Amino acid sequence: MGRNGTAGVVYFPIEGEMTIYAVSNLREQIIPAVAEHEEIEIDLSRVTEIDAAGVQLMVAAKLEAILRSKTLRYVGHSKAVLDIIDLCDLGSFFGDQVVLHQND
Amino acid sequence: MNLDEALKTFIIESGELLEQMEAALLRIEQDPDDPDIINDIFRAAHTIKGSAGLFGLDYIVSFTHVAESVLDRVRSGELHIDGDLAALLLESADHIGTLVGHTAKGEEPNTESADLSIAIMERLGAYLGNKEKKTEGKKGEEKKAGVPAELDHKIGKEGGSAVESDNWHISLRFGKDVLRNGMDPLSFIRYLATLGRIVHIVTLIDSIPPLKEMDAETCYLGFEIAFNSAADKSTIEGVFEFVRDDCQIRILPPNSKIGEYLALIQDLPEEDMRLGEILVLCGTLTQCELEKMLQQQQESGAPVKIGEALVEQHIVQAPVVEAALQKQKQVKETKTSESSLIRVDAAKLDQLINLVGELIIAGAGASLAALRSGQADLIESTATLSRMVEEVRDSALSLRMVQIGATFNKFQRVVRDVSKELGKDIRLEISGAETELDKTVVEKIGDPLTHLVRNSMDHGIESAEVRLARGKPAQGTLKLNAYHDSGSIVIEVSDDGGGLNKDKILAKAIERGLVKPEQQLSDAEIYNLIFEAGFSTADAVSNLSGRGVGMDVVRRNIQALRGTVDIESEMGKGATMRIRLPLTLAIIDGFLVGVGNAAYVVPLDMVLECIEMSDAERNATANAERGYLNLRGEVLPYLRLRDMFEVEGTPPRRENVVVVQYAGQKAGLVVDKLMGEFQTVIKPLGKVFGGVRGIGGFTILGSGEVALILDVQRLVHQLGNREQKMITAGQ
Repeated sequence: MGRNGTAGVVYFPIEGEMTIYAVSNLREQIIPAVAEHEEIEIDLSRVTEIDAAGVQLMVAAKLEAILRSKTLRYVGHSKAVLDIIDLCDLGSFFGDQVVLHQND
Repeated sequence: MNLDEALKTFIIESGELLEQMEAALLRIEQDPDDPDIINDIFRAAHTIKGSAGLFGLDYIVSFTHVAESVLDRVRSGELHIDGDLAALLLESADHIGTLVGHTAKGEEPNTESADLSIAIMERLGAYLGNKEKKTEGKKGEEKKAGVPAELDHKIGKEGGSAVESDNWHISLRFGKDVLRNGMDPLSFIRYLATLGRIVHIVTLIDSIPPLKEMDAETCYLGFEIAFNSAADKSTIEGVFEFVRDDCQIRILPPNSKIGEYLALIQDLPEEDMRLGEILVLCGTLTQCELEKMLQQQQESGAPVKIGEALVEQHIVQAPVVEAALQKQKQVKETKTSESSLIRVDAAKLDQLINLVGELIIAGAGASLAALRSGQADLIESTATLSRMVEEVRDSALSLRMVQIGATFNKFQRVVRDVSKELGKDIRLEISGAETELDKTVVEKIGDPLTHLVRNSMDHGIESAEVRLARGKPAQGTLKLNAYHDSGSIVIEVSDDGGGLNKDKILAKAIERGLVKPEQQLSDAEIYNLIFEAGFSTADAVSNLSGRGVGMDVVRRNIQALRGTVDIESEMGKGATMRIRLPLTLAIIDGFLVGVGNAAYVVPLDMVLECIEMSDAERNATANAERGYLNLRGEVLPYLRLRDMFEVEGTPPRRENVVVVQYAGQKAGLVVDKLMGEFQTVIKPLGKVFGGVRGIGGFTILGSGEVALILDVQRLVHQLGNREQKMITAGQ
């Protein structure tokens, strides 16, 4: 886990679990990332496990970015993540900002 | 029983229930706190709703539901029935009748009915609205007690209709600590997916707070799931067994009522609009259903609840369980009533009566043949047979006999409504309600009777001021009475009003050219003028008539039933309209008489006695068509049938007089011979003979010959008139 990248764009990979055990930590890292950068790219390719807490966090981060008129992208979804997004039918939420505004 | 038959039963039953409901509503005005009456009303509404539900008659279900909800409140003592509410409920009952009528015709309610539905429901809603304010505080308890309040009264126009989707709908709001307790909401959903197919799922992220404020370990998620599964409710509930305690779970079975979804939407914390859209998204509701629902919600004026948390979890089950119980009860009730009563198609009864008629004719033929053959044993067995046939006839006819009470009771309502309309205080007194008469007669007498009742109320009974001035009680009394009298049933409509004004009627009749000024008329004749066509017109004197429909229609209707109507009136004290009707329309006991070669039948009930005409009397009145006899000191007008029907040939040496009585008047009919009793199947005369006076029909004798049935009432009437005229002329 770490932060690097070019001007304004931050690359934010998440590794391992994205579950209740990890979400508190992750949240604390994501808050400054969203605050300090215009564009955030969260790499989920190495997420091995995700639960409802992880999903919540993903949603919260996305909402936070939208609120601050920033761009937050989830990339490289691992199978675990894809499964869960599929299960919750949140694919369009993360992909489509129009829906998001409606929900806001 | 196929569905059509069941539907027919439903329509008939609803009619009866509505009658009961109406009767009870009228009673309740006198006794607003009688729990039995309230229960009667409630049960009627409830049963109609339940049965209508079985047939998917949503427009009846939804409307009745609102009325039932109001009644339920009355039953529980939260509402008190006053005049306004009773009137509104009566209107509702009428409207249910209209809706059922639409069903009977096999049509959907027209716009007019639909608009009326909404209008009445709005007014009913006002009675429910109060409840909401009053009992908001104890909502929780209420829900535990039974049907949740929302379900009960937020359901408007479409509340009863089932939505199209055949998926279960599951609403999940997970508790905050679910995650901390080591449970993953998503794993429940995964497990759920093993029981069936998740058709659609919407993850509710609305309650997730901003990233900075959120506690990542707290669960903020909710799900709305459309779920297709053959599993039963308990299995589906079992999925959420472990989280049940700290979650809000609501499971709606497939095809639940829109109202239940509405309740769901209102109960859940999210904004109604948003949730509604979610349900549409899930495919649980269609857009159209949602729109109806929101419209309903606005109509019912329910406050939009935002973020109102609801702890109660088992709401959905309650109505389901209750509905099941009620259904069971209903089935039981139906069974008990079935054991004592059988519903028979009226057409089948008619067919039976027809067959019995044919049997009587055939039996008469057999008797005659037996007599001719002179074989004693054959005569004896045909005699036994005849007696049996007679019994069969009587019991077949009695099947069609109904008490007039039900018809009379309908007038409670008419009197109530009309007196309100007229601003008069009028009380209805009923007597002789147990008098029986033929069902077909009962059905046809309703309209003329209504007209007479309205007429008496409108023109007979004076306004309260006039009544007080005349020294009468302010409250007018209208009486309906029925009794049997010589083979007829007599129905009386009497009022204690001003009576008929003879002079005015006569003047009007002369003006209209109905009578000539020089004509001498008896009182009864003058009164009867109001039944003449053309007498009652819009500009007729107001204290006599004035309605567009004339009294002549009343008389025509009654005459079509072989009945008569006459009036008795006393100025300032009141009037009585007396309708006389034959007990049945099909078969009577007749008395067979002969004139020349022809046979005539006199209805036996009207025959008082038979006497032989003495030579002295014959000589005194020889060849006169009409005359008078001295019957034990009484003057008896008589009519010679031979002359009346222009029978050829000379009269025999001995003539007989049959003394008949009708409506209190006696008359003699002079005939050649008396042939005894005869069971008479009345056959109507063809149109060609419509103008023939004095004959009411014909029948077929055992020999195959035709006998004419005398219309005694008309014959007596003719004689009576003549007598009256002579008396008047004599004055």
